[in-house]
Amino acid sequence: MYRSHVLVCGGTGCTSSGSARIISAFEKELESAGLAEEVKVIRTGCFGLCALGPIVVVYPEGAFYSMVKPEDVPEIVEEHLLKGRIVKRLLYSETVAENSIKSLGETQFYKKQLRVALRNCGVINPEDINEYIAYDGYMALGKVLTEMTPEDVIKCITDSGLRGRGGGGFPTGRKWAFAAAQPKGVKYVCCNADEGDPGAFMDRSVLEGDPHVVLEAMAIAGYAIGAQQGYIYVRAEYPIAVKRLEIAIRQARELGLLGQNIFGTDFSFDVDIRLGAGAFVCGEETALMTSIEGHRGEPRPRPPFPAVKGLFGKPTVLNNVETYANIPRIILKGADWFASMGTEKSKGTKVFALGGKIHNTGLVEVPMGTTLREIVEEIGGGIPGGKKFKAAQTGGPSGGCIPAEHLDVPIDYDNLIAIGSMMGSGGLIVMDEDTCMVDIAKFFLEFTVDESCGKCTPCRVGTKRLYEMLDKITKGKGTLEDLDRMEALCYYIKENALCGLGQTAPNPVLSTLRYFREEYLAHIVDKRCPAGVCKALLTIQILPDKCKGCTLCARNCPTGAITGELKKPHVIDPDKCVKCGVCMEKCRFGAIVKK
Amino acid sequence: MKSLAELQKLREEMQGKIGIRHDGDTSIRVVVGMATCGIAAGARPVLQAFTEEVAKRGLNHVAVGQTGCIGICQYEPVVEIYVPGQEKVTYVKVTPDMVPKIVAQHIVNGQPVNEYTIGAAGAVN
Repeated sequence: MYRSHVLVCGGTGCTSSGSARIISAFEKELESAGLAEEVKVIRTGCFGLCALGPIVVVYPEGAFYSMVKPEDVPEIVEEHLLKGRIVKRLLYSETVAENSIKSLGETQFYKKQLRVALRNCGVINPEDINEYIAYDGYMALGKVLTEMTPEDVIKCITDSGLRGRGGGGFPTGRKWAFAAAQPKGVKYVCCNADEGDPGAFMDRSVLEGDPHVVLEAMAIAGYAIGAQQGYIYVRAEYPIAVKRLEIAIRQARELGLLGQNIFGTDFSFDVDIRLGAGAFVCGEETALMTSIEGHRGEPRPRPPFPAVKGLFGKPTVLNNVETYANIPRIILKGADWFASMGTEKSKGTKVFALGGKIHNTGLVEVPMGTTLREIVEEIGGGIPGGKKFKAAQTGGPSGGCIPAEHLDVPIDYDNLIAIGSMMGSGGLIVMDEDTCMVDIAKFFLEFTVDESCGKCTPCRVGTKRLYEMLDKITKGKGTLEDLDRMEALCYYIKENALCGLGQTAPNPVLSTLRYFREEYLAHIVDKRCPAGVCKALLTIQILPDKCKGCTLCARNCPTGAITGELKKPHVIDPDKCVKCGVCMEKCRFGAIVKK
Repeated sequence: MKSLAELQKLREEMQGKIGIRHDGDTSIRVVVGMATCGIAAGARPVLQAFTEEVAKRGLNHVAVGQTGCIGICQYEPVVEIYVPGQEKVTYVKVTPDMVPKIVAQHIVNGQPVNEYTIGAAGAVN
């Protein structure tokens, strides 16, 4: 029996900042201190505060150590685990109070969060099914199989108001009801874990931190619609998630929680993993199923919808990872409990991956209806360097930019669409005044051009033409007619593309045009990039009154564009300058400026 | 596993093992003196015994921890129990076989075991 548990974050963020070395350091130090039998080291999933990783939490005190280095481990073992004195200098600064430690729940980052989908992440060891069971794991499946009919299950999910967390927001209960209504026979349950939006990692964190919740929810869906087989389609780029899923499936089979006659009932269900090779379009539901079937991942027209004719032509329910992560909780705590959270039409919570120009990059889960301002300024800790908030990008390449004037809009599916963006899977990228909105639109279009599968012309050719026009504008060669043609093309693609990828691809352009048209005009009319990003529209100059003639810039210029005599002001030859900015970094007198 | 009852049994077993990971709701603290003097006097088996007894009874609101020397080395192993709203109780010269009684009588039933406390030891001397 262990008197103390040391939880070390094993999410991708903390793993890349060295948490594996911390775990081995703990094991070594505990061994040499003779504490290996008393203190247990556990590798967990993501705690959410990735900006301060690697994170180590020691129970029973609940001491939250942040930015831990392997060199710090001997001190934690010696002081905290051996002598019982918490190492204050390593605590997350917000948890240090006068004479005690504040609990994590009181910190700015966690205070406004409500963890439903992420409730076990950073709490349990994802590679041990017993820990999941200790936190009520598989109890929902047990309840469903012994106390509820498939109709009861569907009614419970429908009444809860749960909507698809992958982006579209379709009511989950209705999706299940459609599939259940199909004639008996072979049916499938699929899980979309092909999270591809730049900057989004909600699903990965659930899979890494709590893989069993997805298996349990898929089995519940299988019971509800009459399916016996499930497939999880997960990106091969998520090696930790894939490994933990494999372990979870093996352990669930060993305990008989997947397989034949679960809990001694007639219900049998099993799950297999299919790896995606990284095409963005495979996150689109029809393309995903085509890919599982072994074909090239291309979308197919709907209808027929997957609930009628999905995987291998059979009725199929396909939900996203985060959607599944809510299901067992809803079954155990009831539809009313879930429906009590959120807004009128969007119930429950939503996980966001906070990134970009923000202090607390990481993973947050908040009730629907939380405002963007609360997420950015309170939970996210605001923007570094005293810069001003310019916009937040939600929904990845399918979404749009939300400007400062909408910071107080309560976030839910419908409000985000009304202001020209979308929930998407939950990536939330914060941009400050140094971000050029035309450049951002170009970045996302470049992504869709790369990822377009090429099956339909509006997407294959249309996004390419859009990208070319944006490129022209950022080079200062755009015209006002381009702007009109671009807008018309956006609507044409939206109306005519085959799948969701193409239909939403123009959104980054449309939303930046809607809120930041003056920035486009500055590029076209004034040939100027207000944020100072678009290289072609910049000139780098030396201010003669500030230049001391130290020659440092000239010595560092890669193209030899700077000339001048020692102790006399230097000049930049604009024809040779490639605007790399090295001279600005090197100058000690602030004499070089971008214009 | 062939029934829901089996799952429930496993769940209860496991809850005892992870009970210490509950944030904030550990209201009772058992603190064992683990400085050189305490360890030399046999504090480690005492600490183990408390951990096991607390886990066995599934007392999720009890945290077992350790501390340094409090200066009464001749009375080690010293164990202090903090119950919210009550005065701290200090047990002295604790051995593992005293632990089940302390847990049952003091932590579960709220009656300190007087004969093991520092007050009783002082009276004898």
